[in-house]
Amino acid sequence: MIRVTRKLEFSAAHFYHNPDLSAEENRRVFGKCNNPHGHGHNYILEVTVAGEPDPKTGMVLDLRELKEIFDREVTQRMDHRHLNYEVPELAGKIPTCEEIATVLWRILEPKIRQGRLDRIRLYESPDLFVDCTADGMKDAR
Amino acid sequence: MRLSLWRRYSFPASHRLFRAEWSAEQNDRIFGKCANPYSHGHNYELEVAVTGPVDPATGMIANLADLDSFVQRKVLDAFDHAYMNEQIPEFRECVPTTENVCRVIFQRLAGFPRAHIEGVRIEETGKNSFEYAAPSNP
Ligand SMILES: [Zn+2]
Repeated sequence: MIRVTRKLEFSAAHFYHNPDLSAEENRRVFGKCNNPHGHGHNYILEVTVAGEPDPKTGMVLDLRELKEIFDREVTQRMDHRHLNYEVPELAGKIPTCEEIATVLWRILEPKIRQGRLDRIRLYESPDLFVDCTADGMKDAR
Repeated sequence: MRLSLWRRYSFPASHRLFRAEWSAEQNDRIFGKCANPYSHGHNYELEVAVTGPVDPATGMIANLADLDSFVQRKVLDAFDHAYMNEQIPEFRECVPTTENVCRVIFQRLAGFPRAHIEGVRIEETGKNSFEYAAPSNP
């Protein structure tokens, strides 16, 4: 099996606020990220697809097609957007790295038809990132 | 789908790779330059992975403030700018290779109360990295 990874970058704004909590509680839990004016990140997304290379083309998947999926599903949806207000899949959620990566996994997984989605890694900064992996039911704890 | 959150920290520390019961030649043969009696150091880049359910109220596996203060208390307070051979008690018994540093740091973090510590990864230099994974899934 071969794993192919392609990377893309998008910039987006967000802040963390849970309307069920008091203002003080929000500040305590979310710290600076609670600032309602929002702030932004240059997110880096690495998408890994696993599969066997097609014997004729030598490719696991057509990278041009993957790039189109990225443009349509990720860039148009999230690049230069405010994640709290403009991404319906994140409505009602706190737009943390965990939640954004989960949304991206659910969007991309059914779109990958050559090979299968093996991992996505989303960097909010070099010091903070999340991995989603296709590991069956192990997350049910 | 399984989710892991990775957080990156860094600390400079020094070490010397040698075994007191071995001759200078044997230490030299096995550990090479790393056996230098004056010791040497690295800027260790430490990555810690945690896993667990995402709390819908916060969108988080673990609050970074909790994780950061736990790592600070359990690891960075002791390792930052330390001569590991003498200042980290675990290395009285074993050689502070980065393999062993990974294992010792993992063991120090394993009791994190808010989420499951899944593994640690350390870059000793830009060219060497080591990873320690929790023995089995919870
Ligand atoms: Zn942020």
